[in-house]
Amino acid sequence: MERARRVLEMKGITKQYFGNTVLNNVSIDLYPGEIHALVGENGAGKSTLMNILFGMPVIHSTGGFSGEVLIDGEKVELMSPAEAMQAGIGMVHQEFMLLPGFTITENIKLNREPTTKNALSRLFRSKSLDYLDVPTMRKDARAALDRLDLAIDEWAPVAGLPVGYMQFIEIAREIDKKEVRILVFDEPTAVLTETEADRLLESLRRLAADGIAILFITHRLDEVMAVANRITVLRDGETVARLNRDEAVVERIAELMVGRKVEKVELPPRAKEPSDEDIALTIDNLVVDMPGEMVRGLSLSVRRGEILGIGGLAGHGKLGIANGIMGLYPASGRVSKNGENIPLNSPEEALSRGLAFVSEDRRGVGLLLNEPIDRNIGVTAMQVQHKFLKSWPHFLPALRLEDRAELRAYAEDMIRKLDIRCLGPNQPVRSLSGGNQQKVCIAKALALEPEILFVSEPTRGIDVGAKRLVLDLLVRLNRDHNVTIIMTSSELGELRKVCDRVAIVYRGRLAGILPPDASDAEFGLMMAGRVGKEAV
Amino acid sequence: MIQSPEQKKVESGRDVSLDMRHIVRTNGVPILFLALSITMAAVAGLSPAFLMNEVITRFARNSLLVLSLLIPVTAGMGLNFSIVIGAMSAQAAAIAVTLWGIKGVSGFLTACLLATPLAAITGCLAGLVLNRAKGREMITSMILGFFANGIYQLIFLFLVGSVIPFNSKSMLLPQGVGVRNTVDLINIAQSLDKIWRPVISGVRIPVVTVLVSLGMCVVITFLLRTKIGQDLRAVGQDMNIAEVMGIKVDKTRIIAMILSTVIAAWGQLVFLQNIGTLNTYNSHEQVGMFSIAALLVGGASTRRATIFQALIGVILFHTLFVVSPLAGQKLFGVPQIGEYFRVFVAYGIIAVALAIHAWQDRQMRKEAIREAVLTE
Amino acid sequence: MTDKLKQTVEHIGIPRLMIAGFLAVIFVTAYITGMSVPQLLSDSLVRVGMNGILVLAMVPTISCGVGLNFGLPLGVLCGLVGGLISMERGFVGFPGFFAAIAFAVPLAVVVGYLYSVLLESVKGQEMMVGTYVGFSSVAVMCIFWLMAPFRNPELIWAIGGKGLRSTLTLGNYYGKVLNNFAVFEIFGIKISGGLIGFFLLFCLLVYLFFRTKLGIAMLTAGANPVFAKSAGIDVRRMKSVGIIASTVLAAIGIIVYAQSYGFLQLYMAPLMMAFPAIAAILIGGASLQRATILNVIIGTVLFQTLLTTALPVTSRVIQGDISEVARLIISNGMILYALTRSTGGK
Repeated sequence: MERARRVLEMKGITKQYFGNTVLNNVSIDLYPGEIHALVGENGAGKSTLMNILFGMPVIHSTGGFSGEVLIDGEKVELMSPAEAMQAGIGMVHQEFMLLPGFTITENIKLNREPTTKNALSRLFRSKSLDYLDVPTMRKDARAALDRLDLAIDEWAPVAGLPVGYMQFIEIAREIDKKEVRILVFDEPTAVLTETEADRLLESLRRLAADGIAILFITHRLDEVMAVANRITVLRDGETVARLNRDEAVVERIAELMVGRKVEKVELPPRAKEPSDEDIALTIDNLVVDMPGEMVRGLSLSVRRGEILGIGGLAGHGKLGIANGIMGLYPASGRVSKNGENIPLNSPEEALSRGLAFVSEDRRGVGLLLNEPIDRNIGVTAMQVQHKFLKSWPHFLPALRLEDRAELRAYAEDMIRKLDIRCLGPNQPVRSLSGGNQQKVCIAKALALEPEILFVSEPTRGIDVGAKRLVLDLLVRLNRDHNVTIIMTSSELGELRKVCDRVAIVYRGRLAGILPPDASDAEFGLMMAGRVGKEAV
Repeated sequence: MIQSPEQKKVESGRDVSLDMRHIVRTNGVPILFLALSITMAAVAGLSPAFLMNEVITRFARNSLLVLSLLIPVTAGMGLNFSIVIGAMSAQAAAIAVTLWGIKGVSGFLTACLLATPLAAITGCLAGLVLNRAKGREMITSMILGFFANGIYQLIFLFLVGSVIPFNSKSMLLPQGVGVRNTVDLINIAQSLDKIWRPVISGVRIPVVTVLVSLGMCVVITFLLRTKIGQDLRAVGQDMNIAEVMGIKVDKTRIIAMILSTVIAAWGQLVFLQNIGTLNTYNSHEQVGMFSIAALLVGGASTRRATIFQALIGVILFHTLFVVSPLAGQKLFGVPQIGEYFRVFVAYGIIAVALAIHAWQDRQMRKEAIREAVLTE
Repeated sequence: MTDKLKQTVEHIGIPRLMIAGFLAVIFVTAYITGMSVPQLLSDSLVRVGMNGILVLAMVPTISCGVGLNFGLPLGVLCGLVGGLISMERGFVGFPGFFAAIAFAVPLAVVVGYLYSVLLESVKGQEMMVGTYVGFSSVAVMCIFWLMAPFRNPELIWAIGGKGLRSTLTLGNYYGKVLNNFAVFEIFGIKISGGLIGFFLLFCLLVYLFFRTKLGIAMLTAGANPVFAKSAGIDVRRMKSVGIIASTVLAAIGIIVYAQSYGFLQLYMAPLMMAFPAIAAILIGGASLQRATILNVIIGTVLFQTLLTTALPVTSRVIQGDISEVARLIISNGMILYALTRSTGGK
């Protein structure tokens, strides 16, 4: 690592999205040939920082950012990915941008193919009619692949290649760009096997030795310790630490990632505290096929009357649990409530046995955006429990007419109780604010009068004031109406604020259950897979 | 796709290209229709010489039209039902050439010269419309074809002779407004075919016309090896990735439509010069459907079509076309059935092929999700 | 002030304004050239009643999320078979009309179910596949009409031919039974209570259906399938119900159409029947994802009035029958407009 000029400096970066500060005075710098790890929880701001670096349109269409980006000491304005590429920045995304019907070579050279002129292209003076110079393409592709020590036929079609190879082809494409000097990797080992991940880290070392500066986003602390020269930790949009490799210890990094002052809030007392003597829901070896949030065998017991939190890093499966039990994604295993088995893969079964769900995908799954508030609140209860219907014809509930008056009255009651800010029960939910939309979703679940309520990401995308209201609402529900709540969230802070226990999910399995006042380090390590049942 | 022969072996560990089951699976449709044609030809009992003559003539005059479908498929726009727009441009040109009395091959070439810019402009417009209906290109191009037909009729039935000056009373309808239902293309009839038509063992082959079609095959092959060809193929695979990589997706799709419409215009001119008569309001109507049916019979799908499939398809489809009326008649014993049977075959081919490919697409998508999930 | 105007224009939609504009021009021309406007209106109303239920058939498929039913000919063919059986059996008058419906509906349910199975397997390409399945079915039925076991001499070709005639006169059977029922006059406009009443009755039935538990489940499935799934609704079953309902309505619709026209038209006649119905509902303001009864009524009124009045009025001014060309341009233009507007979806 040279102590010479920094190849990249990002100084004092501040970014707001619609009034929410996502990055606050963040700085980071990079030397040529350095491997710099950027670590943080989800929502810490890592992706936003990289989007700014890469000139992504989403940044500029939401008000830009303040601060400076310097390359080789000179200020640059990167307004598009193309400009970022010209400035020598390459980015290897998490989703592969590969065309399966093309060969590896064609993908590496996509839209940058070397060409040769021919009679027609000369006649029409158009580069479009040039022949593709396939031999040169193959030579360049071969060179890039060799640099990564990848012994695969450069003319093989991409379709059918193992996922691990695809990651390498993405990298090959970036390093084929002669001007590249900075490479950004966004969670590169997320979809790789152990051996593939090792191989990737090895190629990172090789690339760094060639002088390329590497910025490497990850939350896998072992990898950080294996290859990083320096580590920057982001938390809640701020730089909380910058460490050299030799000063760093995994526990300390975990602590920095997670730690924040948890406001000690006095929760209302209960008549009887939940305990293992009274189990409401037993989950046994649950496996859920939810792309991106796979559950690979999770077992857990939920105490009656408790608020159980489920936390863990994104992609590790915490969101799959509720989705699987409520039948939205294919699931297997055994789930029983009060000793009675609940059939999986059927939303109707779950709903008719006293379970309800507020989905993390508020706008996609949770709401009918073009329908009014009362419809949204009532339709599930109408379908499953035959509420809000006139009582005739008795024998054929399918043909019973909607009881508009009853529905409206109930909706108005909910609007009052949950303080939903709106123009009336007729207002289409699309025009409500995030917080109020969330309240409608909660009202929808409440209309079913459930015993157990699953809530996923209850305060995502909601402003600060509404967050507190939603959390208060959940606590009241639990204390006043004895609803057992299972709350899944990527905000560890809110889980520690209101839950009785917090379960942490790592790689699709239960890593452990901690009390809310356990130390930051304990939480951080468990989320990073260092402690618990599945020690890495 | 340019694929090395080694790759085919690698795929399954043995020489796949010779495996019977593999051949049937990948070429099921044309094999099925080959069997169907042979069966029906046998039932129909037509003389082989007659059949050969018919098929060669139809091959010569229809191939170019079917070839015009290849580029939009490669560009991911599905089957271009609106090639009828190119056909209508050609007809406008043919009418003009007949009106101005330009004869022979020069008449034919002039018509091409006139039709080309017209087809290019209308093709560009079609491309603009389809860019606003991404994901629904096929149904949109079909309706666009109907719509354009309406405009065509408006122009040629009501505007020609009244708003648009037209010198030849004999080409107009009795009331003086609107082009006649049939226009005798005396000037350009057979102009291309006539050049050289040797007879080989009782079969007459219009060599120049066939060479024109083969020439277009060469042009298309060349095109796909150029930068623009690569862009078209990239856009056809995934518009989003192509866009992110810097390829101008909208512009590329419009170019695909322009090329398709222009080639279709030339194709319709070849068709018309062979038939010799223009049915002003009918000649173009079935162009889209028949060409697409032919391409599908050749084994193409809505996402992948090769030159070979186009040519085989023309031969198979038109063989069926010739034999099915007689076969149907003999099968069912009722004379009129023949015509309906042929129509049923044409529509049925498209319905079945579309359904199979849509179903296959769904399976592929499910597979892709399952694979992505397994590797996590 | 101009902002509000812009908003209203956007809300109504440019195409609808254009068509209303055309209509205005036509009626003004009619009045000026001394034509009988009440007569034009009477004729238009008949066409509205005649076509209305066919347009109504689009509502169930749009509502359940399958989009426009380009396979309408399937239901039409069921209706034709029902109509034929009724004639073969010799039913006349109202009994004949209702018998036709009674024979057609069970057939339409079966066909609709099979069609729904097909459409489910080609999800994403329903419009294309539906169109060509519809076309192929019409062609297959042509063969069937030629070979069908009907014996009533009024139905089959007279001179030693085999098979049904292409146009069958309903005069002696149930032709015009609805049209001639409960006819009354307002301001010189003849209104057929039977015809219009029957159409409005079905509009009411469909409207009520979408306010029942099943109807709401269907709307939910069409509006947001994942939401519906999470609410315990079987989206696939909802689509089946929607497609079956559409096919049944199409079958009933063609019987109403035929009795009004006075002829049962076989062979290639049903081939393009989906398109005017689709154009009408789109003109009425429906989109590929959403359709209301009001869309059906407004659309059918605008479209059919335009078609009915175009020929007599324009023939005073322009030579030749421009109504056919106008129909092609307007109906396809309307469908194009809808296809190039919506975001995502089928």
